[in-house]
Amino acid sequence: MTRKINILENIDWFTVSIYVVLAVMGWLNIYAVVYNEDHSSIFDFSQRYGAQFVWMIAAFAIAFVIMTVDSNAYSYFAYILYGVSMLLLISVLFFGKTVNAAKAWIEIGPLQLQPSELVKITTALALAKLLDNQHFKIHNLKNLFLMAVLIFLPVVIIVLQNDTGSAVVYAAFFLVLYREGLTPWALVLGFVSIILFFAALLTDKMDLVVSLTVFTYLVYFIINMRWKPFVLALGIFLVSLGLLYVTDWIAGTEFPFYYIYIAAIIVSSLTQLIIIYAKRIRNTSIIIFFFLITVGFTFTVDYGFNNVLESHQRDRINELLGLSYDPLGTGYNVNQSKIAIGSGGFWGKGYLNGTQTKYNFVPEQSTDFIFCTVGEEWGFVGSTVVLLLFLTLLVRIVFMAERQRSNFSRVYGYSVAAILFFHIAINVGMTLGLVPVIGIPLPFFSYGGSSLWSFTILLFIFIRLDSTRMEKLV
Amino acid sequence: MLNPYVNRKYLVSGIFVAFVLAYLIRLFYIQVIDDQYKFSAENNSQRRIIKYPPRGVIYDRNGLLMVQNEAAFDLMVIPRQVTPFDTIDFCKMLNVEVEDFRKMLKEATDYSGYRPSALVSQVSAETYAIMQEKMFKFPGFFFQSRTLRKYPRPVASHLLGYVGEVDEKIIEKNPYYKMGDYIGISGVEAAYEEYLRGKKGVSLYTVDVHNRIVGHFAEGKLDTIPELGNDIILGIDLELQEYGEKLMQNKIGSIVAIDPATGEILMLVNSPSYDPNLLVGRVRAKNYHKLLYTANKPLFNRAIMAKYPPGSTFKMANGLIALQEGLIQPTTTFGCSRGYHFGGIKVGCHAHASPLDLIHSIQNSCNAYYCNVFRKIIDNPKYKNTRKGFEVWRKYMLGFGFGRKLNSDQVHELEGNIPTPEYYDKYFGENRWKSLTIISLAIGQGEIGITPLQLANYGAIIGNRGWYYTPHVIHEIKGEKGIPVQFTRKNFTSIKPEYYEYMVQGMELAVLSGTARIASLDSIVVCAKTGTAQNPKKDHSVFLAFAPKDNPKISISVLVENGGFGATYAAPIASLCIEKYLTREVKRKDLEERMINANLLNASKEKPSNDAQD
Repeated sequence: MTRKINILENIDWFTVSIYVVLAVMGWLNIYAVVYNEDHSSIFDFSQRYGAQFVWMIAAFAIAFVIMTVDSNAYSYFAYILYGVSMLLLISVLFFGKTVNAAKAWIEIGPLQLQPSELVKITTALALAKLLDNQHFKIHNLKNLFLMAVLIFLPVVIIVLQNDTGSAVVYAAFFLVLYREGLTPWALVLGFVSIILFFAALLTDKMDLVVSLTVFTYLVYFIINMRWKPFVLALGIFLVSLGLLYVTDWIAGTEFPFYYIYIAAIIVSSLTQLIIIYAKRIRNTSIIIFFFLITVGFTFTVDYGFNNVLESHQRDRINELLGLSYDPLGTGYNVNQSKIAIGSGGFWGKGYLNGTQTKYNFVPEQSTDFIFCTVGEEWGFVGSTVVLLLFLTLLVRIVFMAERQRSNFSRVYGYSVAAILFFHIAINVGMTLGLVPVIGIPLPFFSYGGSSLWSFTILLFIFIRLDSTRMEKLV
Repeated sequence: MLNPYVNRKYLVSGIFVAFVLAYLIRLFYIQVIDDQYKFSAENNSQRRIIKYPPRGVIYDRNGLLMVQNEAAFDLMVIPRQVTPFDTIDFCKMLNVEVEDFRKMLKEATDYSGYRPSALVSQVSAETYAIMQEKMFKFPGFFFQSRTLRKYPRPVASHLLGYVGEVDEKIIEKNPYYKMGDYIGISGVEAAYEEYLRGKKGVSLYTVDVHNRIVGHFAEGKLDTIPELGNDIILGIDLELQEYGEKLMQNKIGSIVAIDPATGEILMLVNSPSYDPNLLVGRVRAKNYHKLLYTANKPLFNRAIMAKYPPGSTFKMANGLIALQEGLIQPTTTFGCSRGYHFGGIKVGCHAHASPLDLIHSIQNSCNAYYCNVFRKIIDNPKYKNTRKGFEVWRKYMLGFGFGRKLNSDQVHELEGNIPTPEYYDKYFGENRWKSLTIISLAIGQGEIGITPLQLANYGAIIGNRGWYYTPHVIHEIKGEKGIPVQFTRKNFTSIKPEYYEYMVQGMELAVLSGTARIASLDSIVVCAKTGTAQNPKKDHSVFLAFAPKDNPKISISVLVENGGFGATYAAPIASLCIEKYLTREVKRKDLEERMINANLLNASKEKPSNDAQD
């Protein structure tokens, strides 16, 4: 049974207000970046802020149109939209325009579109549709496979377009799946691999592997809380290490100790697994698998780092980790960005008074580095306001998602929150020098119609779904 | 039914909060606590001056300076900082028209009010000295130093190339370059651009209200020091190059000489040529247009781009192929009755003893011999048909470096032409051409086009008995280990070294008592071959030589357009160059004088020569 209700009354005006405030703030900050006295009118359409104004008005119109579409349509057409957007994404590989080495843009007359922005939305819709079933079992093999296809297909194509930055955002969907019941181990694995990635680059491999061993035995002990199996496990490891070391010495092969240690880990883990299997204590086997995977991961980080990543990506990571310092080469953007933000102080230099901003010290400042302008002109106070606005929006979306009655709306809502979060975290983190430089826009703030419109569509589809949540009574 | 995972919303929200908190702490640290990033509000007028390092200097193989640098200054403007000033006085000092100046200033303003743009490029050091005193009167204007190329000796313009401003296409392709930067456009300047240019630096200065620099911005923390360009040593012998250009004056053509042992290009002469100093600085665009429309195309790099029929110099290649394919022996003889006659076809020849064996056929440059040889190659019974035989022949020719780019470091090098079977299919019809149809290829005429560089390289191949290094002008890049690796690998032809000996002997005899006698030198055994490239107006004079006979030190090709027989102009010029290079002194002053004074610019208007061959 459904009942019709007044949409206007049920629109979440709180969210809409935050959206409008953020978009207008973004526009004002773009004006500050490009500002000069010769073109002082904020409506000068030959300048970026003029263009952004037009795009912003158009974005409001788009939002209005979305609100008029029947909310069932999004669920009904979810897969078709996904399919069409994927075709568009693939076509970019052949007909796309290259901007900053990424072949990710389509040019239609004066408009430049980045289909990967749209695909984020359609992927969220398709994922929501897939999970839109009360009896959906997330750990079912077939379901795992379907979800993986939905998420990784666009990732692969986007990476092929040389636009790794946009691909990273798809990790956001793991947060959504976690909420829908995916094992927390997936999140832990994600976090651990990020930490291990940096740790492996920063520390000596031997130290890392030894600390991983110690850590594993601690976890093992904490979980069992018994001395006997712990001593047994440790004993197996030490014995196999000793045996291998002596073998190496007798045979005169003189392998580096590192390799002997790795071999000992493998031998003892396998032995342990056999014992566990015989004694039927399965849950501890997870620890061992986990341990083996982490060791394997640290082992392959160097390979991946040197062979999979492009040189500019390596440079950015090295720069971030302080492994190389070149403030006018790779680190130029980040260094300038930190100077701009740092020079803002507590209260900021005041609107249109940012010197770093005005003199174009920070490249890409109206797009990827727009947060610098906030930091410089509005200071710590302004930056805090902006970040808290974003946080409020995110938490509000989570709150709204939880009040949905259909899985579809909830999953989509979480996707919106997670995608926005990844963009904010990466973009702001990058300007603060906390995250490697990944060129993705700050939602609603960054210059560019393509990005503003797609974030608008992303958000307003959810606001629309939310406005009719009462229609569906299950 | 309550969703079993509803409590997970707290962790998700918690992650959001944790990130924002971490960022706020970081913000507080860099904005409030750490004052490393703070600059006082007065420091708000900075000037960003790009420091252009001087380009690398270029030397010849003997350490003589070929290209050096000269200081010049660009007048820059930041339109927003400009206050009303005495335009007429300013223009007078600069020596520009007031009208033009206003236009340029408007263009700069349209580009950007904040960013400096170059208003007048390459102001001379003298003007700069005068104006520097008065710059305080003109806020918004300042000078930025640049270096310009200068050529102490006005030669070798084609091989050195020139430097020009980058255009938008280059900037789009290579982000190193910014508007107003210079880049090597042709020749050595283009090929070794990455070494020669060095690395730009940037200095930030604080400027007071009077447009005076008061000091480094941020104590120079943000400055980068420019890195000097690498100096380069070329394999070119500057004195030989100069000598060659003098010999070629008032003639059209080219000389290329290569050191066969290393592949280094010793000289690369084009005639007519131009003074490289003409394509430098403010006058470049104007002069370039003037040169573009000058008669006989002085900008045309004939040595690497022009296609000439090689004439009789091609005979060695045909002979070698026939030897390798086992179609002739050195003792094989063919008769010649003042030419080759078959059916209605006649290829004429001059009077000489008959029949001749292989070596003496080179010595006397017998056309009939090579018509026979060529037909044997194309009609080789080993291959099914004419087309297949021709394809085999063509493959050997590509092996000699003909009909394809050699990939030297002269960047605009062209392929020349060795016709493809498809070409003849189109021209005569499929299966409608035979060895006799294309018999002119036997003696290096017809559709064949060889560049002088390819010809000189072919000389090196024969001199080396079957191998060559890819020709290159580079000898050493200072500060780098070695030269590009493609110039250090030997390329081999698929013909046995001993077969080359017969050709070398033939070429030696040609100089001792054959068609190339004029090229003989007292102390050095020269091996050479004359050629005459048929031309509708007057034939071109072609000559190919290397010396000494064993372990040659120079291989040279000379082409003089409308010069008639190879022995008339090309041979003496080549011979004088060999003498100059190997003995450093030319004793045959009469011959030298005669060659320098010869003027062939109107030779093409003379009556066509008779059809006798050399």
